[in-house]
Amino acid sequence: MLSIMPLCWLEHLSLHNETGLDPPDIRVRAVPGLVAADYFAPGYFVWAVLIENLAKIGYEGKNMYMAAYDWRLSFQNTEIRDQALSRLKSKIELMYVTNGYKKVVVVPHSMGVLYFLHFMKWVESPPPMGGGGGPDWCAKHIKAVMNIGPAFLGVPKAVSNIFSAEGKDVAFVRAVAPGVLDSELLGLQTLEHIMRVSRTWDSVISLLPKGGDTIWGNLDWSPEEGNSCDLDKKANAQLSTGDVNFNHSDGTRGFRVKEPVKYGRIISFGKAASQIPSSRLPSPDLKELLRLRSSAGLSLSCGEVLTEYDEISRESIKRIAENKAYTAQNAFDLLRFVAPKLMQRAEAHFSHGIADNLDDPKYDHYKYWSNPLETKLPHAPEMEIYCLYGVGIPTERSYVYKQSPSDKCKSIPFRIDSSADGEPDSCLKSGVYFVDGDESVPVSSAGFMCAKGWKGRTRFNPAGISTYIREYRHKPPASLLEGRGVESGAHVDIMGNFAFIEDVMRVAAGATGSDIGGDRIHSDIVKMSQRINVQL
Amino acid sequence: MSFLRQRKGKFPNPEHQNGDGDDDETTKKERESRERKQREQEEETRRRIRKRWSCVDGCCWFIGCICSTWWFLLFLYNAMPASFPQYVTEAITGPLPDPPGVKLRKEGLVAKHPVVFVPGIVTGGLELWEGHQCADGLFRKRLWGGTFGELYKRPLCWVEHMSLDNETGMDRSGIRVRPVSGLVAADYFAPGYFVWAVLIANLARIGYEEKTMYMAAYDWRLSFQNTEVRDQTLSRIKSNIELMVATNDGKKVVVIPHSMGVLYFLHFMKWVEAPAPMGGGGGSDWCAKHIKAVMNIGGPFLGVPKAVSGLFSIEGKDIAVARAFAPGVLDKDVFGLQTLQHMMRMTRTWDSTMSMMPKGGDTIWGGLDWSPDNCSTKKKNNGTSASGQKGTRNNGSAKGVNYGKMVSFGKDVAALHSSEIERIDFRGAVKGNSLANTSNCDVWTEYHEMGVGGVKAVADYKAYTAGEILDLLQFVAPKLMARGGAHFSYGIADNLDDPKYQHYKYWSNPLETKLPNAPDMEIYSMYGVGIPTERAYVYKLTTPATECYIPFQIDTSAEGGSEDTCLKGGVILADGDETVPVLSSGFMCAKAWRGKTRFNPSGIRTYVREYDHAPPATLLEGRGTQSGAHVDIMGNFALIEDVIRVAAGATGEELGGDQVYSDIFEWSERIDLQF
Repeated sequence: MLSIMPLCWLEHLSLHNETGLDPPDIRVRAVPGLVAADYFAPGYFVWAVLIENLAKIGYEGKNMYMAAYDWRLSFQNTEIRDQALSRLKSKIELMYVTNGYKKVVVVPHSMGVLYFLHFMKWVESPPPMGGGGGPDWCAKHIKAVMNIGPAFLGVPKAVSNIFSAEGKDVAFVRAVAPGVLDSELLGLQTLEHIMRVSRTWDSVISLLPKGGDTIWGNLDWSPEEGNSCDLDKKANAQLSTGDVNFNHSDGTRGFRVKEPVKYGRIISFGKAASQIPSSRLPSPDLKELLRLRSSAGLSLSCGEVLTEYDEISRESIKRIAENKAYTAQNAFDLLRFVAPKLMQRAEAHFSHGIADNLDDPKYDHYKYWSNPLETKLPHAPEMEIYCLYGVGIPTERSYVYKQSPSDKCKSIPFRIDSSADGEPDSCLKSGVYFVDGDESVPVSSAGFMCAKGWKGRTRFNPAGISTYIREYRHKPPASLLEGRGVESGAHVDIMGNFAFIEDVMRVAAGATGSDIGGDRIHSDIVKMSQRINVQL
Repeated sequence: MSFLRQRKGKFPNPEHQNGDGDDDETTKKERESRERKQREQEEETRRRIRKRWSCVDGCCWFIGCICSTWWFLLFLYNAMPASFPQYVTEAITGPLPDPPGVKLRKEGLVAKHPVVFVPGIVTGGLELWEGHQCADGLFRKRLWGGTFGELYKRPLCWVEHMSLDNETGMDRSGIRVRPVSGLVAADYFAPGYFVWAVLIANLARIGYEEKTMYMAAYDWRLSFQNTEVRDQTLSRIKSNIELMVATNDGKKVVVIPHSMGVLYFLHFMKWVEAPAPMGGGGGSDWCAKHIKAVMNIGGPFLGVPKAVSGLFSIEGKDIAVARAFAPGVLDKDVFGLQTLQHMMRMTRTWDSTMSMMPKGGDTIWGGLDWSPDNCSTKKKNNGTSASGQKGTRNNGSAKGVNYGKMVSFGKDVAALHSSEIERIDFRGAVKGNSLANTSNCDVWTEYHEMGVGGVKAVADYKAYTAGEILDLLQFVAPKLMARGGAHFSYGIADNLDDPKYQHYKYWSNPLETKLPNAPDMEIYSMYGVGIPTERAYVYKLTTPATECYIPFQIDTSAEGGSEDTCLKGGVILADGDETVPVLSSGFMCAKAWRGKTRFNPSGIRTYVREYDHAPPATLLEGRGTQSGAHVDIMGNFALIEDVIRVAAGATGEELGGDQVYSDIFEWSERIDLQF
């Protein structure tokens, strides 16, 4: 069906642009049960391998539950429309009771990690907004949360996705329906159509980088500074010196990189702007732009494709490009400018800052619940939190943009400058700066909370829940016959990684984090975390 | 082509040459020789071309043509707009009526009460979670339901995995087969063979969706209480209903059980209110608080005669459990020569088949000389229905067969009056005198333990009523009955307050339980009528062909006369929905629960809704929109409309109360039961 009627398909996937809920007369619902996510596209295993292995040690339908939710909605809206959170709560309670009062192990993946963070806050909050489970619900029902490829602090990819529906791989649509983007099925406006659809999905916003400049770096500084992009070479060095000895490789790396890459500039216009010192950059004045927008108010009415770009005049597009460089923080201003409706809607549901005072009553609002930097973990000292993710794959971190040459109506005016390449060894490849990660989530986003933000007793983790980092070094499949590999570290393929599956199974069978060997680190996450200066 | 052109082009040449031929001899000779040469050349090219046009070429062309035609047709098929088949159908049969969902949405109905489906026996899908070597690669593939592909590929392996343990009725070691969960569990039984799909689609039209619909899938092979012991299925259903009520602003659920699901839900209603270790501990007002209505579709409240023949000899006009759904299996020799024995071995491990045994004994099903219903399968419409034209009723069935004798040996026995039948009691007859060396029989049916003496004793008793059937089965299959007896009961309670009735084995028998105390609840009994349904059987002894065999067989040569249409191929037929006789599906709602009775102390209102069977008018209609057959009724528009109206908030009165075509009320009067 996907290849026959792509337009129809798109219409059914897009939600209402204003409300973020269903368009009138169309209902698409999450498929429940274990069928929902395994084989969700043909040949694309997501959970199947894990489920099959769990079944070998006696798991079955009654003690496994797939918490399917409509991943296009904002988290709180899944409760409002489908009562998905209540459903999840009731299912966990039921499993807890029917399995002899044994606590559950939760295994969220990717955005599900944020969804479950939201759930843990929701379930303990009092009724109208929350689930009313009482302050000890998590302590009573949850043994461990094993986050896979967690995007705790967001992914830079989400920025480019919203900004121009691009990225080395468009996070949502492309992975599911690889044919759609490459073929010209939708006519010439493929990207615009994708953009129109994905912009109605509130949940994308939850993946925008959180914590602003403190976490992601500013114009001159970033935690990944001095990162080596020659991941293969690094891998070899590390394997020879042992897993623990990451300091050594860190030292050698400093020599290799001549000019520190300024990862902090998530979006820069032109390769030069991504490299020159900040003093030579023009200061961003988006406030003025916002004013300009309201005064311009020209509607080009360019057909039905609503990317919101057609409402922006060429002049302001030029102004955007003149600003040269944007950090994580003012990338938000940028997005607010180019996609006001989306951001306005989404910011009612998500927040991306860092809390100064977590006891401020405003943090009881649900929009903060999925941001680990603005919530406290539940009071459950016996619970365990794992961060399991792949490393060793170049992952998008920041982008070099250019203005799109086409003056055509309705086209997206910005494009990633794919001609911007660095020297052979550098991190810049066709307009994208890469760092270490699992192909979608950079290490700093996946690991920081477990490595530092929640480590020990911090203000984000008042109960002192123990956290464990388990990294899996990526190894591509040795032969074609292996399919997607049993040692992969890629964002989705990691679900077939044997070491990973073994860890999950051990914990499900009752092991604790220290039983399976505590932390297991290949990357520079500890070093990076130290550079991040967050009050704990 | 080129060859033809060549010939045409050269043909006029010699003629022209002949015309002015005798001018010059030398030129003539030259011309002749040239001509000869030319002719030879022509001949040769012709030969060469003919040789090239060989059989291989023909084949290639043929294959090429077929392939391109095929490809073209495929292309056309894919390019065909989705509405095309419907368009063709409409062009031939005239516009179809609106599906009930669309019609009722136009009337302004919207989703109100959450809906729970309880599938019946065999319609729910089962999938493999753990298996033996031979089932490698089948992890979470459907063993039951779907295409039944595995059944054909590895039949013995399939039987092994579908069977349960003989002694305990639970999993065999190393095998875990579990019910599929979610709405997909029973929407289609096999590709194109809908069960719940039509109903679900129509409910969706008025706004139902995943959160307001729930399929209470359970492993239908287990006894009802064992589904809770092994899978906690009953707890799961309880929790889901509570969740749905809570998330839908406290609106109570409408439960729609089908077939055996009816009994399962009866069991559930008792279970949920019973105190904790045996029951669900929901408190005595759980049903009153959570259930608005129970809409039983084709419910075998009092069992089905088919279950008897199924257990006795794996036969019947259609074998209750397996044959109906996998028609090819029995006819083909997939299992080798012992098809029936394998089938029997498998189905006998399923405790749930025991729940469908006829209940209430002779009081309900009739004795040797009388039965509440009588033989008249002709269509008749009684006064209760508005569209009734009074048909001629065949009351004089005195000389015809009697329904009360559920199993009789020989056709004449079926027709005779009891005083004329000579019966020798089989109880206590000596088994043994072994027919065969039991170790030779790899198929376990318990029959080879009976011996010649036992078999003869059974046949000598001549006729069995519903009550005696139980003794009979006790005799031929003691192990099976011992296991079944621990989970099900088939009697009638004298005193419902007797504390023994708190045991779970009585919960699925409506004649041995009280309905919950929920005066606002409604119970519907909805079923098809107008299809001949198995009611009693004429058996004969088989001549032993091999060492291991089933000694009894339906006597397919027993045919009624031309005027007596009830006896066909050894099966005595009554009115019903092809599987469940009207008596079983209607009696409880028509009489035993009507008003305040001892079975229904709180006076829950009951409604009987019958749907007269009309076969599909054309082939294009598929399984018909007015069918009354046991499973096809799920696509009956009138039934769907009733369900949707109730789900949207209507009461039984608003639907129009009872809707009766059969003589169920009259028959119910004849049953002598204390209320």
